Parts: sequence; C-alpha cells; structure tokens
Amino acid sequence: MPELINIALLTFLVVISVVIIRAKDVFTAVMLSGIFSLLCAGLFTVMDAVDVAFTEAAVGAGVSTVLMLAALSMTTSQEKERPTNWGALVVAVLTGALLVYGTLDMPKYGDPAAPVHTHEQVAKRYVETSLVEIDVPNMVTSLLASYRGFDTLGETTVVLTACIGVLLLLGGRRREEDEHEGS
Amino acid sequence: MKDHDILRVTAKALIPLIFLFGLYVQFHGDFGPGGGFQAGVIFAAAIILYALIFGLDEAKAVVPPRVLEIIASLGVLLYAGVGVVTMIKGGTFLAYNALDPAHPTHGQHVGILLVELGVGLTVTAVMCAIFFAFAERGRRT
Repeated sequence: MPELINIALLTFLVVISVVIIRAKDVFTAVMLSGIFSLLCAGLFTVMDAVDVAFTEAAVGAGVSTVLMLAALSMTTSQEKERPTNWGALVVAVLTGALLVYGTLDMPKYGDPAAPVHTHEQVAKRYVETSLVEIDVPNMVTSLLASYRGFDTLGETTVVLTACIGVLLLLGGRRREEDEHEGS
Repeated sequence: MKDHDILRVTAKALIPLIFLFGLYVQFHGDFGPGGGFQAGVIFAAAIILYALIFGLDEAKAVVPPRVLEIIASLGVLLYAGVGVVTMIKGGTFLAYNALDPAHPTHGQHVGILLVELGVGLTVTAVMCAIFFAFAERGRRT
C-alpha cells in the first residue's frame, strides 16, 4: 500500500514540475508550487518524517505561497516570451545528470546498514541515550533544541537577519516618505 | 475582502482555532511532531489570514510593525539568554542540565521549553513583518 501511495505522489510531483516549467503565467506557477510542497509533505509523512512534513506543509505550501503572491502583486504575472536558450538547457541537463550520478553512491532508502544508522557517536548514541539524558519522547525535539541547540540558535538568528534584510530593502522607503510627510 | 460575508465569517471562526492549534504545536513539540518553528509559522498564518480578509490597516492595528520588530529580536534574545543563564549557573553555553543540577532532565525540559518559545516568537514576528513589508510596498506601487 505505501508503494502505491508513493507512486501516486511521485507521479503527481513529476506532472506538476513539468506544468510549472511550461506555465507562462507566474501566478499559476506559484499556486502549483504550493501544491508541489503539499504533495512533498505527504511524501515525507509516508517516510515517517512527520516533523519535516509539518514544516514543509506550513512553510512551503502556506507562508511562502502567500509571500510569493505578495511579491507578484508588485510585478506582472505574465512571463516575457524569450527564445530558447540552448546553452542554459545544456548546463541544466548536465547538472541534473551529475546530481543523479551522485545519488548512485548513496545507500538505499531504509537500509539498516547505512552509515547514518550505524555511526557509534551520533545516531546510535542519540537513539540509545536521549530518553535517559533529555527525557523528551520526540527525539527530533531533543536533537534540535538540546544536542544541536547551538545550530538552532544560529538558524533563529538567520531568520531574524532575513527579516532585517527585507525590512531594510522594502521598509526603508516607508520611513523616508514619513519624514517627508512630516516636514 | 471585507465585503465577502462568507470569507469574513469563516475567517473569524477559523482564526481562534488556528491560534489554539499553534499553541498546541508550540508546547506539545516534546511529545509529538512540531516545535517553535512550525508553531511560529502557524501563528503567522493566522495573522496573515486576518490581514488578507480584514485589510492591512486592521491587521497593523492589532500587531503594529514596531511591536513585531521588538518581538523578533526578543525571541533570539530569549534563546541566547538561556545560554547565558546556563553559563552563569556554572555549565557551558546552552547546556540545560545546569538549570537544575539536582534534576538534570528537569533542567533539559525547562531549557527546551524556553528555547522553543524563543524560536516561536522570532518566527511569528519575522513572517508577519515580511508579509506586512511586501503588502505595504505592493499597495504603494
């Protein structure tokens, strides 16, 4: 049964990707990429990665779609007609082929002998001792917030930095105009 | 979209439920999927929905951009502050065991709760602030 769901989800993903590439209307592409994220979230759920699925559904399908639409409201939604750039196509196909070639060396999905499952100091240790050391049933939380707390602090700072960047680029003019209105 | 009765009534019914779900995700992340980041995005989604239905000015009256900027910084400050407290209490940076040396796992629980709260605050405020900035700019041009 999971195989059938996987096949259905992956087929939809391929179809949607092709439609996104061929869409001339950016609005259509944005809405479809939201659906793409939602299907990805379904795929992650099938793979038992519920935390990742949750984030994908909330960020990919929800907030980023809204932000893209907000950005679209400042520009036109129609793509300009341009002749096919064959050089770019060659670069894209080569990069894609290299990425696929790279996956050939990776262990099979769910392989218990994969290095990530057998590493003594990382995965094994967390699985065996996180309940004793942290006593939090969701190991993802104890990993992100405690063992890797420093990384998460960095990520939170990155989010804040992104906000400062956007406000400087988009909100800066607002202040300037307010000053002009005040004077 | 103020004139759409169905949208307005549905949004009014949904927004409290979205906030409730956000709180659940925020504080239940220890036991199930979720945590500060996901909860923050859900909170932001509720505020953005409010802004979409009732207008940008109404939303800005509820959560002024200035307050959002303060909350965003406060979240990171809370997170790093937990690390400073653990250092003052004799541990290393962000080693929550030092928060309650007698019961290390209790210290871990408190530390994780506070840190996730910090992440939630920052993500909520940042997502809303970015949306407001885009919406404001889009309205002017």
